[in-house]
Amino acid sequence: MRGAFFRALVEIAEQDERVHLVVGDLGFGVVEEFARRFPKRFLNAGVAEQNMTGIAAGLALSGKIVFTYSIANFPILRCLEQVRNDVCYHNTNVKIVAVGGGLAYGALGATHHATEDLAILRSLPRMTVVAPGDPVEAEAATRAVTAHAGPCYLRLGRAGEGKVHQMPIDFVLGKAIEMRRGRDLTLISTGGMLGTAMQTADLLQAADVQARVLSMHTVKPLDTTAIESAVRETGAIFTLEEHSVVGGLGGAVAEFLAENCEAPVVFKRFGLPSEFSSFIGSQEYIRARHGLAAEAVAHAIRAKLEKVEGLAAVAKV
Amino acid sequence: MTGTNLECAESASLARKIRVQAARMIHRAKSSHLGSAYSMADLLAVLYGRILRIDPRQPEAAERDRFVLSKGHACAALYAVLAERGFFPKEWLEDFYQDGARLAGHVTHVGVPGVEVSTGSLGHGLPIACGMALAGRRDGSGYRVFAMLSDGECDEGSTWEAALFAGHHRLDNLIAIVDYNKIQSLGTVKEVLDLEPFAEKWRAFGWGVWEIDGHDLTQIEETLMRVPAESNKPTCVMAHTVKGKGVSFMENNLLWHYRAPDREEMSKAMVELGVEE
Repeated sequence: MRGAFFRALVEIAEQDERVHLVVGDLGFGVVEEFARRFPKRFLNAGVAEQNMTGIAAGLALSGKIVFTYSIANFPILRCLEQVRNDVCYHNTNVKIVAVGGGLAYGALGATHHATEDLAILRSLPRMTVVAPGDPVEAEAATRAVTAHAGPCYLRLGRAGEGKVHQMPIDFVLGKAIEMRRGRDLTLISTGGMLGTAMQTADLLQAADVQARVLSMHTVKPLDTTAIESAVRETGAIFTLEEHSVVGGLGGAVAEFLAENCEAPVVFKRFGLPSEFSSFIGSQEYIRARHGLAAEAVAHAIRAKLEKVEGLAAVAKV
Repeated sequence: MTGTNLECAESASLARKIRVQAARMIHRAKSSHLGSAYSMADLLAVLYGRILRIDPRQPEAAERDRFVLSKGHACAALYAVLAERGFFPKEWLEDFYQDGARLAGHVTHVGVPGVEVSTGSLGHGLPIACGMALAGRRDGSGYRVFAMLSDGECDEGSTWEAALFAGHHRLDNLIAIVDYNKIQSLGTVKEVLDLEPFAEKWRAFGWGVWEIDGHDLTQIEETLMRVPAESNKPTCVMAHTVKGKGVSFMENNLLWHYRAPDREEMSKAMVELGVEE
């Protein structure tokens, strides 16, 4: 996703002279092309994220479209009040980009796990929260947040993920992409879990369970229309994210379901527990240890459905 | 030509209006921070009367000078001078900080012409001012960016992140004015977290520094007319001020960081400010 983002950003900057890139002394090997081609629109603010974010707001208040860039929690939590007051309150055209969303920097330890970001950023007024599912979505999202007037948070995974989308996509902020049709349940994914969601659907298909898959690349504003259709047409909703189960995609969907559905909906969140992960290892390893591998997710979905069916059968007796 | 008797009389008149309005606002609202407003009142009078290239009829003109009030708690003085300069009607001052008012108790840009940035949480103003100054320089614009800082907010790391940045990038269109009244929220600066050698810190961060008497209107004007202090460097005007300046019983008194004058105190204050109630 990182490569897709920078490729798109360079193309956008060629077209739009307002586009600036401000980095927090990170991005070795990836920021150089932008810096070389647009030296007057590039800035390394140093290891000083509060100032980086304030500067971005000041540039944006002067008519620029400013991308701030750093890794994991640094451009959001270290400077959260600057994000809230300077960026959001002033409704600035600042686009905060964090690479390493979720467990991408898994082996570096919990300081580098960005696993509460969606919940925290989602709670800020005016903030649009985007977590693309693969490099194709990352490129489209980069263009979409540039065109969107106002603050955005773009949560990228890491470098070198494979594409999940094999065809060109129609990417609209706040509109989920239906990846796969299905009538038995809906699996809603955000961020880099999209590939896992598709594998899960394959596994369920082998058991004759037809899963609809939605890529909910925009966590805020949430595509409630797609969720309503999913409830009506499939009856069961499962969310999948590389994020705490508190307050992220699963939390957002749960809030919507609890307030808007007349009948109970079969629902389960797949994500990380609200704990500091003590597992050291690759992204895949830590995901697996938290039950986020496709096999485990498929198994848990089937168990949930069987339990619900069992309860329904008991109720009939 | 600067600092003639006539011009100083104009600035003195504006400073007096700021102090009178701010006292009335804070008295009516039973709000706070009158001492903080008074320590910068003379600086604001010179800035808004003599220095800033601004036009109340075009508050968002691209080439305007920017003024960022980073010590947002002292906003009564800023609102007062903006109203005096005609950015908005003086009637707006009347319900400051009260139910349904336009003007909040920490400086707020929403719907208030002339306010560039909302602050209130300390340490936010200088980074934003750096961004504005950088934009101006990259765009080849001639505007200057003035940021008014409290001494207390120089406890904040973000202030020094910005100071380091501005020095490194030689933002000579940026002027930080430190309202060094030497009293912060729970005591004197010296007691709470000593900033001395304060001017030396700014110099060490790559700024040109001038130390002035922040209540000497002639000196303020002559100083601000000559910025930058050093070519190719941002300027720090270290303004030595007195908290509560202008009303004897408020001066150098921590209480007036918080207290709103009651009716009797208002009468005394108005007499000292030369107003006949």
